Amino acid sequence: MPIAYSPKNFARFQSLIALFLLCLALSILSDKFLTFSNLWNVMRQISVNICISVGMTLIVLTAGIDLSVGSVLALCGAITAGLLKNGIEIPAQNLYIGFTVLGAILAGGLTGSALGAFNGWAITRFSVPPFVATLAMLTVARGLTMLWTGGFPISGLGDTFLFVGTGWFLGIPVPVWISVVVVLLAVFLTDKTRIGRYIYAIGGNESASRLSGINVNKVKIIVYTIAGALAAVGGIMVTARLDSAQPNAGISYELDSIAAVVIGGTSLSGGRGSILGTVQGAIIIGVLNNGLVLLNVSPFWQQVVKGLVILLAVIIDKSNSKGE
Amino acid sequence: MTDTATLLEVKHITKRFPGVIALDDASLSIEAGKVTALIGENGAGKSTLMKILSGVYPDFEGEIYYKGETAKFTGPKDAQQQGVVIIHQELNLIPYLTITENIFLGRELVTQYGTMDKGRMRKRTQELLDRLKLKASPDSQVFKLKVGQQQIVEIAKALLTDAELIIMDEPTSAITGAEVEVLFDIISDLKAQNKAIVYVSHKLDELFRIADNYVVLRDGKSIESGEMEGMTQDQLISKMVGRKIEVMRKTNDRGACEPLLEVKNLNLKSRVKAGNVLSNVSFNIGKGEIVGLFGLMGAGRTELLESIFGLHAAHSSGQVLIGGQSICCDSPVRAIAAGLALVPEDRKKDGLVLGLGVKNNISLTTLEELESLGTLNDTKECELADHYISELRIKTPSKDQQARNLSGGNQQKVVLAKWLATRPKVLLLDEPTRGIDINAKTEIYKLIIRLADEGLGILVVSSELPEILAVSDRILVMSEGRITGEFSASEASEDKILKKAISAMQ
Repeated sequence: MPIAYSPKNFARFQSLIALFLLCLALSILSDKFLTFSNLWNVMRQISVNICISVGMTLIVLTAGIDLSVGSVLALCGAITAGLLKNGIEIPAQNLYIGFTVLGAILAGGLTGSALGAFNGWAITRFSVPPFVATLAMLTVARGLTMLWTGGFPISGLGDTFLFVGTGWFLGIPVPVWISVVVVLLAVFLTDKTRIGRYIYAIGGNESASRLSGINVNKVKIIVYTIAGALAAVGGIMVTARLDSAQPNAGISYELDSIAAVVIGGTSLSGGRGSILGTVQGAIIIGVLNNGLVLLNVSPFWQQVVKGLVILLAVIIDKSNSKGE
Repeated sequence: MTDTATLLEVKHITKRFPGVIALDDASLSIEAGKVTALIGENGAGKSTLMKILSGVYPDFEGEIYYKGETAKFTGPKDAQQQGVVIIHQELNLIPYLTITENIFLGRELVTQYGTMDKGRMRKRTQELLDRLKLKASPDSQVFKLKVGQQQIVEIAKALLTDAELIIMDEPTSAITGAEVEVLFDIISDLKAQNKAIVYVSHKLDELFRIADNYVVLRDGKSIESGEMEGMTQDQLISKMVGRKIEVMRKTNDRGACEPLLEVKNLNLKSRVKAGNVLSNVSFNIGKGEIVGLFGLMGAGRTELLESIFGLHAAHSSGQVLIGGQSICCDSPVRAIAAGLALVPEDRKKDGLVLGLGVKNNISLTTLEELESLGTLNDTKECELADHYISELRIKTPSKDQQARNLSGGNQQKVVLAKWLATRPKVLLLDEPTRGIDINAKTEIYKLIIRLADEGLGILVVSSELPEILAVSDRILVMSEGRITGEFSASEASEDKILKKAISAMQ
């Protein structure tokens, strides 16, 4: 499609333009910003939010929301770390099951998927509003994390596992590879598959979708399951990066992820938005975080600035979509 | 004050909507101290007229004289302040607020300190309730009241503002026996206080009991008005009907053909009140047959289609057979698999995903067939969309155009395309031409006839009699959840159908 310099196209690229201006400003203001080590560091940090936000985007597209991702992330990271380090001991049967790195990671991923599926089940089976169902899960999963870890970090997880969070492959950090794969799969899902189309249709008009013979409940459960699985991926990456599963990991991650989704132009009322928009949103938040640290802005002011940027982004997006 | 003081006069009012003229040079006058019945078929322009009188539509051609002067209502609130109040068919009360809070909503009384004067409001409410003989505490929450009592709270709300003209839209649609009597007593009281009342109802027997004057609307025109005294029901009905649709009546005789869809003893329980929405509904549709289903508002037409389509599985009982095979329809998924398709009444709410493109809307029901190796085949999807865009002559700048930007007629064609793509055996059409322009209507009539010629069984629900008469081979009439009449195309007439639709209510 040829790109004309119309206001509409400007609107389409405005978050990219904003990102470019942000980077330009930061590279002038700080000599540390535009260094390889800093940029890779930023990318590595963003990877986690991208994974979570991709799942969040799918949910928001169906006009739902998932507040539990931060807690699910912590629980899955802790389960992976715990299984890897201690395995499972059942003294009554004198049984010990050890876990390989792959086995532990799979167990963490399954946990996330199961919790996500539970969210979807509660929402569809009992018509609980997503906000409430996932708020409950936020608390439950955090509690389970505390029970599993006893409130202490699980550290010393071995070099093979740490590769997931700190390793390099073909000159690019492994977490960045992971998030790229997640994004590509999600773009494929939303653009090329039936489920993807159903996600947009349900968010756009649930009643018409149901009447069209779409199994709305099934699609929703799938979407919440995917989001849970992606929270687990994030949790495993965080754990591997720090060589430690923190019981307090992921607190308020759901807010960063909702912010990325919203800055990326996805409508909270569903049916409109895209994965690539969310990726841009996540990068903007990541670069902003990094820049504020480099510029020695106090952490208190950082929060104020971040909040205002989110508000501004949504106001601009609203005024753009008014014409539609 | 004389007995026959004209309170409000409407002169040559025309109201246009895109593609439709809802009111066409209508004139009428309303007298104080009288009940004026507003009569007409669905779509005759009654609701548009009520909306103009109550200030919902401030823009129109023509003039309103109110208390002898030209009046302009800029909005519902303005109309209310000038003394015109409407009581809607759907109640506009807030369920968890008390009667007092509802009655004073938006016009709360305050004390000299700026706080709400609950005592005074409660006292006024009690006075109103006494006057209306409603035995309920002003402090009870509205959702705990029966529907009839809620209706009376609405009237209390109207009386609080010292309304001069009270418009009642189907006030008895939700209430029964004793409650109706109370309402009629109240209306007599209001008449005695020289208030003017506009009473809209399909129940002609009620009108004969309480109305003094009548105004008949048809096709947006005011056909006739006069005094109720001396009129008969038959005379009124013959004034309501008489519109013609210039379409080809079919000549094929499809009288005796094998049944394609059989519905046996379908019942649907009401979720809001005791009793059934549908009672023992049984009928057949043959292969290639068009059956028209007529009924007035609330007769259960939409519920019937929805029950056949499996949307009320938990509350309905009965049997649905397609081609002699009993189908267990507990969800749209199963209904579609069995060969049913439902074009819903409200295309924006239930028919289309407005934010998606024309192409994506058309393919929504058949995405499974457009998949290869787990991926949607864009070429196939485009072919499908192109096929229906040209076959149904859908006017759209591109197949990716958002459905919301299409005209009503073209939107309806997109919904039809979506369902034809499933290659259904039986097509259930709920008000297929509501709110679309006359050319699109004709196109849809032709399409319906062509599809029947191709062997589909079609059930057309419509509240427009001329439409039913123009396309149907056979006509079923529904009233209060039952089939009350059946006519072949040759023996049917508007009078006969309308009588069957109304008679069962008495």
